[in-house]
Amino acid sequence: MTLESLHEFLASFWTVWAVIIFLLIVYWALRPRNRKRFEKDARIPLDDDR
Amino acid sequence: MPSQAVLTADQRPAPRYVEDVIRAAVILTMFWGIAAFLVGVVIAAQLVWPQLSFDSPYLTFGRLRPLHTSAAVFAFGGTALIGTAFHVVQRTCRARLFGGEPLGWFVLLGYQFFIVAAALGYLFGITQSKEYAEPEWFVDLWLTIVWVAYLIAYLGTVMKREEPHIYVANWFYLAFIITIAMLHIVNNLALPVSVTGTKSYGAWSGVQDAMIQWWYGHNAVGFFLTAAFLGMMYYYIPKAANRPVYSYRLSIIHFWSLVFLYIWAGPHHLHYTSLPDWAQTLGMAFSVMLWMPSWGGMINGLMTLSGAWDKLRTDPGLRFSVTAVGFYGMATFEGPVMSIKAVNSLSHYTDWTIGHVHSGALGWVAFIVFGTMYYLVPKMWNRPAMWSTRLISWHYWIATIGIVLYITAMWVSGIMQGLMWRAYDELGFLQYSFVETVAAMHPFYLIRLLGGVCFLSGGLIMAYNMWRTIRTETETLATRTTQPALAA
Repeated sequence: MTLESLHEFLASFWTVWAVIIFLLIVYWALRPRNRKRFEKDARIPLDDDR
Repeated sequence: MPSQAVLTADQRPAPRYVEDVIRAAVILTMFWGIAAFLVGVVIAAQLVWPQLSFDSPYLTFGRLRPLHTSAAVFAFGGTALIGTAFHVVQRTCRARLFGGEPLGWFVLLGYQFFIVAAALGYLFGITQSKEYAEPEWFVDLWLTIVWVAYLIAYLGTVMKREEPHIYVANWFYLAFIITIAMLHIVNNLALPVSVTGTKSYGAWSGVQDAMIQWWYGHNAVGFFLTAAFLGMMYYYIPKAANRPVYSYRLSIIHFWSLVFLYIWAGPHHLHYTSLPDWAQTLGMAFSVMLWMPSWGGMINGLMTLSGAWDKLRTDPGLRFSVTAVGFYGMATFEGPVMSIKAVNSLSHYTDWTIGHVHSGALGWVAFIVFGTMYYLVPKMWNRPAMWSTRLISWHYWIATIGIVLYITAMWVSGIMQGLMWRAYDELGFLQYSFVETVAAMHPFYLIRLLGGVCFLSGGLIMAYNMWRTIRTETETLATRTTQPALAA
């Protein structure tokens, strides 16, 4: 199997890869460990006025 | 104006950021808004009284219509986006605009030159006849240069940020800038007939041309009119309400699901055409899936107000933004319904589409811009508040009534039009001639015109209020306003 044909084979599953990437993003967003940092990030516009 | 030395002075936000460009963008946004609404009223009147084109080739509906759409979307919406993008990115990154004043001015003024060149082209009949991509090749090339400069200014600011996290509003603005660059270049690939002539031939032909055009067209809706203005929502609603966005995690999911799905929705513009059936069904399926991110985003915007709903009574500017989010939810509910093939067979090519577009363009896009401007004008000119809160209220109600008149008239006329076109008599002949369907729409065109006049009047009230706010000294304004300053 050449590298080109491997690329072609994997590329044919691109919807699967896209869905996996998306699910990883959702996991990252909902991960309980990240709750605190997102609450802090949400305040970025409000912490601006000095 | 700010020099290199000022950059290190951390405590002084005023000279730290590039703001003259934003102030100019605010005024230009108002100007283009009035122009777009005015041309809209003129062409609405032409549909009621066709003699209003005065037999002049320059004033035909066919030439004024792209003038109206481009003035609304690209001039009014686009200028508002450039101004607010520069404001949001500097504020949330705590960094001065990359390229400073010169690059900022080049992007803003270069974009204005694009608008004027495009508009003059429409009036003189120079067009490549692609909806929302009418400008010819030389104007397209100029816009490409300006747009790349816009991307450099934006991305450069993000890259030199002092804030470690890139706030979510920036993701939306950046997705807008990158995607519009891609769409614009691919859809406008063309071979000019000569270097000195205006005429060109597109690189695509047949059904590929149609598909690329609506891949462009629908994502102009998705990334220009939706994603970018969502960036506005995610910054200015929290600012005006003085509360963080309801759920930051939801905003992340909102962003990525929107970006993953939107790009596939274009084929719903080509139902029952020579586009292969599977592509039509694909476009329909992705359009229906878009319900979820759209409503997730709407909930996120509206719930930001939870615990602060009383602000809607005292801050009519915020009322504009929140109503805009409501219209966003409504228009993004209606859109997927219309993308379903069975519904589309009734709604396509009728006024229903026009009504749908305007509930999005007037209700969502224009209202979120109005809300943003009512927040931004006092901020940018260091005023405690707008000159008159009552006039904001007047603007709000007159514009809302205008939208309701507009979209209800178009619903009735569009569905009636669709039903009349498909009506058969008992012998299998079409029941109505085309001209009969046109005559039946006359009263609804009149109601639509009335709605447009309301919306234009609201815009004029806003322009007056804005002018008074800018011209009145801060001390006078402070004594004028009976309530404390609206925003923190």
